[in-house]
Amino acid sequence: MTAPALDAPVGVDLRAPVARANPVAKLAVASLVAFALLLTVDPVTAGAALGLELLALPWCGVGPRGLLRRGWVLLAGAVPAGVATALLGVDAGAVLVGAGPVTVTEGSLQAGVAISLRVLAIGLPGVVLLATTDPTDLADALAQRLRLPHRFVLSALAAMRLFGVLAEEWQALTAARRARGLGDGGPVGRVRDAVARVFALLVLALRRATVLATTMESRGFGAVTHRTWARPSRFGPADAVVVAGGVAIAAAATAAGVAAGTWELLLA
Amino acid sequence: MADPRTEPVAVRARARAWGWRHSARKAWAVRGVDLDVAPGERVLLLGPSGSGKSTLLAGLAGLLDPGTGPDDGTGDEEGALLLDGVPARTARVDGVRAGQARSGLLLQDPLAQTVLARCGDDVAFGLENHAVPPGRIWERVDTALAGVAFPYGRGHLTSRLSGGERQRLALAGVLALRPGLLLLDEPTAMLDPDGAVLLRETVTAVLAATGATCVLVEHRVGPWLDLVDRVVVLEPGGGVVADGTPDDVLRARGAALAAAGVWVPGHLPVAGRLAPAKIRTDRPDPGSAPGTGSTTADHGAGDVLLEARGVAVRRPGRAVSAVADVDLDLHAGRTTCVVGPNGAGKSSLALALAGLVAPAAGTVTARGRLADGVRSPHPAAWRPRELVRRIGTVFQEPQHQFVAATAADELAVGPRRTGVPEAETARRVDELLTRLRLGHLARANPFTLSGGEQRRLSVATVLATRPGLLVLDEPTFGQDSRTWAELVDLLADLVAGGTGVVAVTHDERLVEALADDVLRLAQGRPAPVPVGAA
Repeated sequence: MTAPALDAPVGVDLRAPVARANPVAKLAVASLVAFALLLTVDPVTAGAALGLELLALPWCGVGPRGLLRRGWVLLAGAVPAGVATALLGVDAGAVLVGAGPVTVTEGSLQAGVAISLRVLAIGLPGVVLLATTDPTDLADALAQRLRLPHRFVLSALAAMRLFGVLAEEWQALTAARRARGLGDGGPVGRVRDAVARVFALLVLALRRATVLATTMESRGFGAVTHRTWARPSRFGPADAVVVAGGVAIAAAATAAGVAAGTWELLLA
Repeated sequence: MADPRTEPVAVRARARAWGWRHSARKAWAVRGVDLDVAPGERVLLLGPSGSGKSTLLAGLAGLLDPGTGPDDGTGDEEGALLLDGVPARTARVDGVRAGQARSGLLLQDPLAQTVLARCGDDVAFGLENHAVPPGRIWERVDTALAGVAFPYGRGHLTSRLSGGERQRLALAGVLALRPGLLLLDEPTAMLDPDGAVLLRETVTAVLAATGATCVLVEHRVGPWLDLVDRVVVLEPGGGVVADGTPDDVLRARGAALAAAGVWVPGHLPVAGRLAPAKIRTDRPDPGSAPGTGSTTADHGAGDVLLEARGVAVRRPGRAVSAVADVDLDLHAGRTTCVVGPNGAGKSSLALALAGLVAPAAGTVTARGRLADGVRSPHPAAWRPRELVRRIGTVFQEPQHQFVAATAADELAVGPRRTGVPEAETARRVDELLTRLRLGHLARANPFTLSGGEQRRLSVATVLATRPGLLVLDEPTFGQDSRTWAELVDLLADLVAGGTGVVAVTHDERLVEALADDVLRLAQGRPAPVPVGAA
């Protein structure tokens, strides 16, 4: 709260209302939408949820560039999953395209579309959460609002910071192994070499982590159960509005699916 | 929990026949220590590696926990270690409850002492753990940052800090807790010379302002002598063997300390059994000959091994070259030192010369016997096994280049990769183990060796394939004087035998001892070498 925000990442506006919301509120929206969509696999419910999410995007502070930069993994997962379902899924209804055992029918096409939309609709709130939330703020919120054990949350946060250091060490390890004459044994050798580098990286990370743990302990971490928070994580009316938005999306999407007759409880 | 005091109260530290043995170790890390440190005293703790200096500091910081049962805790303790009459461990926990730490500990690795992503949050971390009321935290954070002359605000990202800046941030994190006892464990060992000077000035100012007691471990004694008023020498397994004013202790024990690897003013570094100490005197003054970029005086110049022309190097993910416009000839039987401030692009240039990255512009070309038997004259295009026979690279961090489970296997990796017969490989391994005083460690895991042993092993692994050119990145960084002298002797022998050497270094003594040629870089470009300076 008191500390200034991190530099805004490309294509992201951290002053947008949803971006500014408490991370726990954003997490609640993502969970609500995911819960509603996990109940059913139908294109209308998932499509409606995705449509409403896209409509809400301008308030989230994630522009098209930011979305593409962070959301491409989602597309890379959703499209193949849908295509595979359409080709190989349980056939039903009229055959649209047929070639031997691989057929696309009305039923399998519908299922494929539903799968793709569902992955996108569940993933999008997560993309927004990660793009607009500083890990420190998320940790503050998880520990203060959700009462997760602070020792666990802060240890995870400190460990995350070490990842940046590891990226540089990976480059050094790669160069060092070439200098030792390793890494030219063909595909098998390369895989073996990569495994060895990962192992070396883990050893180095462990040693760093041990020193980091000593530093944290010497600054009083974990000595007593009570601690204060320099950045109070507050949950205000604006955050409640964001959560209400999540409830609305989940409810409206489910209602659309039920109205269209495509909604069907997955476990029933 | 309240915040009544504004200044730390200097702590009295006392050890009584104190000893500590880490879990699963047979030998005591430190034993039989009797020591009284009065409030406000500043003590420099000296001793050879393995004398338990760091363990004593960790004990004073209250971080060693013997637990309650035989297999509980992290080791065994004997005797007593007291801060103001209270066991150090209890004192630490009491300090956390009281909102004001009794002791604060600064370690040597800057990268491993940053806890959080923003500078302000990192300093606030300890205050939060000490349950300081949120309303008072930021004021104390600002005071602590100002106390170490920190150049950035609270919101600055810790990932953008240099090593020296990180170390000062870590010091601020310690000072924010207002410890009455400041414990410094080789705080400048991993800093470049400028960063080390700044940190020492900061510590001096902090101690003058707070009057805190200070116990310091350093093996470069000279720069700290003005700050400390007492020197205590520990002996492995022997407890305190000398204790007195810096003058008295260094006069009585200076030679012995220098032989044990401590950098003592007025004592030349002493090598071990490697070779007779012979820092070469037949060199031209490294500052007198060079003009701009590389210079090749006739003195002892052999054949050209590697030629760099207009070389620029770009690090992955960066748009701007780390270094550019470098012309350099490396010769058989000559040593070239690449010097310059942090961020000048020295290490990037070394990677390109070593064939580990392809230059972004210009060419690196092998000549003469270095180019024999390879299709391409450009080292970056060589296969790893071609490279390792021709160019040996020693990295700043020895651990990066360890790939085997024992020291002996580590030495055999290169010869085996290049098809050297097993009998010959075994012969080379034995020879190197003996020559670099590693024989007793042949079966040890490289990661478990001490810093000096790791450095010697990393150099030995490179020599095992008999490369014609050696590329060294800060080979003497953080080394004790004994390892330093051994490295200098070894490199001088290799150069006399016709090996070409290029060393990236901040170490002016190394330049003085070895350099035939000097290339000075500044802000990614070759810079003129000032006359009379190396």
